[in-house]
Amino acid sequence: MQDTQTLSSNTTSEMKVIAGDWITVCTKNDLVENSGVCALLPAHLVRGDAKIEDNLEVQIAIFYIKQINKVFAISNYDPIGKANVMYRGIVGSISDEPMVSSPLYKQHFSLETGICFEKPEYMLRTYLCRIQDNLVQVKVGSINHSSQ
Amino acid sequence: MIPVAVGFFYLKGIKMGQSIDNQSTSIHQTKVLIIGNGMVGHYFVEQLLLQQATVSICVLSGESRPAYDRVHLSEFFSGKTEQDLLLTTEQEYIDKGVEFHSNSKVDFINKQDKWVRTTSGNEYHYDILVLATGSYPFVPPIPGNDQPHCLVYRTIDDLHDIEASAKCSEVGVVVGGGLLGLEAANALKEAGLETHVVEFAPQLMAVQVDEAGGELLKQKIQALGVNVHTQKATQEIVKGDTCRYKMVFADGTYLETDLILFSAGIRPSDSLAREFDIKIGDRGGITINDYCQTSEESVYAIGECALWNNRIFGLVAPGYSMARTAASHILSGVSEQTPAFLGADMSTKLKLMGVEVGSIGDAHGNTAGAQTYSFENEPKGIYKKIVVDSTEEKLLGAVLIGDTSQYDTLLQYMLNGITLPEAPESLIMSFDGAEAPSVGADSLPDTASICSCHNVTKGDIVTALDNGENSLAGIKTCTKASTGCGGCAALLKSVVDSELEKRGVEVNTDICEHFAHSRQDLFNIVQVEQIATFDDLLSSHGKGLGCDICKPAAASIFASLNNEFVLKKPHIGLQDTNDTYLGNMQKDGTYSVVPRVAGGEITPDKLIVLGQVAKKYALYTKITGGQRIDLFGAQVQDLPQIWSILVEAGFETGHAYAKALRTVKSCVGSTWCRYGVQDSVGLAIDLENRYKGLRAPHKIKFAVSGCTRECAEAQSKDIGVIATENGWNLYVCGNGGMKPRHGDLFATDLDTDTLVKYIDRILSFYVKTADRLQRTATWMDNLEGGLAYLQDVIINDSLGLNQTLESQMEKVVDTYECEWKKAISNPESLKRFRQFVNSDKTDSNIQFVEERGQIRPATEDEKSQSNNQSIDIIELV
Repeated sequence: MQDTQTLSSNTTSEMKVIAGDWITVCTKNDLVENSGVCALLPAHLVRGDAKIEDNLEVQIAIFYIKQINKVFAISNYDPIGKANVMYRGIVGSISDEPMVSSPLYKQHFSLETGICFEKPEYMLRTYLCRIQDNLVQVKVGSINHSSQ
Repeated sequence: MIPVAVGFFYLKGIKMGQSIDNQSTSIHQTKVLIIGNGMVGHYFVEQLLLQQATVSICVLSGESRPAYDRVHLSEFFSGKTEQDLLLTTEQEYIDKGVEFHSNSKVDFINKQDKWVRTTSGNEYHYDILVLATGSYPFVPPIPGNDQPHCLVYRTIDDLHDIEASAKCSEVGVVVGGGLLGLEAANALKEAGLETHVVEFAPQLMAVQVDEAGGELLKQKIQALGVNVHTQKATQEIVKGDTCRYKMVFADGTYLETDLILFSAGIRPSDSLAREFDIKIGDRGGITINDYCQTSEESVYAIGECALWNNRIFGLVAPGYSMARTAASHILSGVSEQTPAFLGADMSTKLKLMGVEVGSIGDAHGNTAGAQTYSFENEPKGIYKKIVVDSTEEKLLGAVLIGDTSQYDTLLQYMLNGITLPEAPESLIMSFDGAEAPSVGADSLPDTASICSCHNVTKGDIVTALDNGENSLAGIKTCTKASTGCGGCAALLKSVVDSELEKRGVEVNTDICEHFAHSRQDLFNIVQVEQIATFDDLLSSHGKGLGCDICKPAAASIFASLNNEFVLKKPHIGLQDTNDTYLGNMQKDGTYSVVPRVAGGEITPDKLIVLGQVAKKYALYTKITGGQRIDLFGAQVQDLPQIWSILVEAGFETGHAYAKALRTVKSCVGSTWCRYGVQDSVGLAIDLENRYKGLRAPHKIKFAVSGCTRECAEAQSKDIGVIATENGWNLYVCGNGGMKPRHGDLFATDLDTDTLVKYIDRILSFYVKTADRLQRTATWMDNLEGGLAYLQDVIINDSLGLNQTLESQMEKVVDTYECEWKKAISNPESLKRFRQFVNSDKTDSNIQFVEERGQIRPATEDEKSQSNNQSIDIIELV
């Protein structure tokens, strides 16, 4: 974290970014292999529907699955258990679709679509996420489902 | 994708609504009116619904609440609530389209025009009337029987009366020593009263068991602290000298008591039928034919109010079969699908205050030419008798006291007329651990009844398998077998397994989609191939990325075998959140902190530290059932600091978060107690320290009691130890919780070294062979050969495994480390203990309010929205 300019919600809510930019959240070293961490980001940077003057922050769970060398970013709020805990879930796959299981009541959510396998009426926001030069980055205005 | 799914649900809702409308407006429906909503009345409604009847259903109940479970009434006094006993709710009836009226007692029937009237003046039309009015308790005509604390035991309202009376009573008497009377006595005992049973006959349970059985039952029940007085005819109830009342008996003796509970049999509630000229038997009961019709064609009677062939059936199973017959007859008349009611088998198996009692068929040997075999084991308190026909080929009946393990087998012999083995006595005798022969699933005919609660035969199960069901769970759902009392679970499993095997279907025990192995297979693979990480296990034996089933299971196996730190890099992603954060996650995402308090012994200084920590971090504080202290509401980022203080003060982690040994509960033992015969606290501390940290398929609880008074409740634990004059008695595989199970007595009068050796082996064997998340109780129930087999493995080393089992345990004991001590000294582990990877802020959705001087999580309505962290939620409406 020390040698790169990373986005921390404490300091960067006024940072100017452009849709399509990738913003850095943390370094790869901050991630936990085959598990999750949580980041707090200004909502207007990552969510197309949030405005800067709302001054909102969102919690995003970021998972790193080493076997397929991929990072996934989804909302940290468990809509069924109603708590900010998704990053503490166990990751894995269901029929080859990467998923995370809620640590509260164990429902499974697709890491790609955010849809709950057991209760498809529940869906988590998903964000585009990548690792670039050892930096973990989320795409500005990149909510998956709104772009579909 | 999503809008389509939502639209689908929406459309479905509309469609359903429309079809109901159509039915109710354009087609005339037969109206079935049911008077009474007891277990049988409710079951009848379920049967109508099950057959997707196009009739309209209306229920009139005289009670204030819908149907509830009368069979388990006495559990009200051991903690079940009124809610737990309910079989349905008014809402459930409404949802299913059933019209339901409580507090609606019918007092008028117009058979001519087919309508009834309730006491409050409401009139209801019917096409078919079903009387399910049940029965009422018989109160013997004894002068003084109508005083305030003379009660009966029948309804939930009765329970409330008994509870209220028990609160201001010390002594209670049950009049009647039959099955219900003993249930009632159990209720009084649970309510904490000095309990007596007064029986007119010379023995207890005279209907179901013979004289010798009755005598042993009496002894056993007395040993449990209930006083039994047989051959006592109560003449009057007068004012007492030391208690509220005095019961005066015909032989001149008397008994003082504060509360009297009459349970001297039941009488059919037939007054309505009697008054409106529906035929009644000479001694009461509404006469019915084989299709449960009364003398009035459009009026049926079912359950305990009905009289078939001059018999009243006072059990629930025959009532259910009447309900099935009546429902079929109403819907399809006499047809192949309509089973006639032709009486019922009254065999019963039950546990009265922990004493096993079984009665099958002709228990008294009344059949002409009947011969008996009996077996008595006085030291163990077991009595068994079988009644066979004159040719010694068929079983007619049986009595079992103290051990009903052969009940299912004997019942199958009797019901299906299976030819007895050469030496019929082998069915009830056991020689040196050899199992008595059991009926193989294959030898049962298709007509054999497997589940008597839901009347499922072996043929029904075969048909369901033919129709494509291929799992035990599927069979249970589709036939309802084993979903009543559950007594047939083992038999059902063996029938399903054997039928599946015949069809060449392998029973799927795969742990999940990623491994085609059972947990037991995985354990052996990991052990034999010395696999140390999940990645290796997955690449060599699995597929995909794993999941929340196989990962924690593998983590547990690695921990049991290698005992590496659970937060070590390759293991961290495998752990459930509780293990990852070494705390128990609560509903709001905070954690609870439970330090180990071995044996429940704690110094004042340590107590003070717990108080200080709780105060400093504003934690909700509660005493646990395992004799320790639970601190709730700790946030992820505070856990390391909290534990630093605790570790500094000499505390260790309590593993409350792990599938591992939790606590060893103890009573105060011989050190302080006047009655204790051994140092239970000392042993408890030693055992807890030995096995702490042992990861297992599920949590493990121990207890040690210092004498037979059993204050530590050791028999409800996975491992229970009870002190004797000569050493320790070891009980295994007990369980509290949802389905309580008493531990089995494994060995007696052990010295401490042998005790520890046996526990080492048993736990290692459990860890090695159990399924994932299988408590020891279920493990034992599924262990082929049961207790005797386990004893053979552990005591006689029949599998030659003992050395391995012991060294496996030795390794875990030797490599123990406190996980919290290790975590706080390891920066890599501490990395995870923060809410945000890029901020020091805390989760603003975690909010508390004060209640009774402490914090509790705020409800959604109470939460303040003044913070700026968005609840990131997608509304799909």
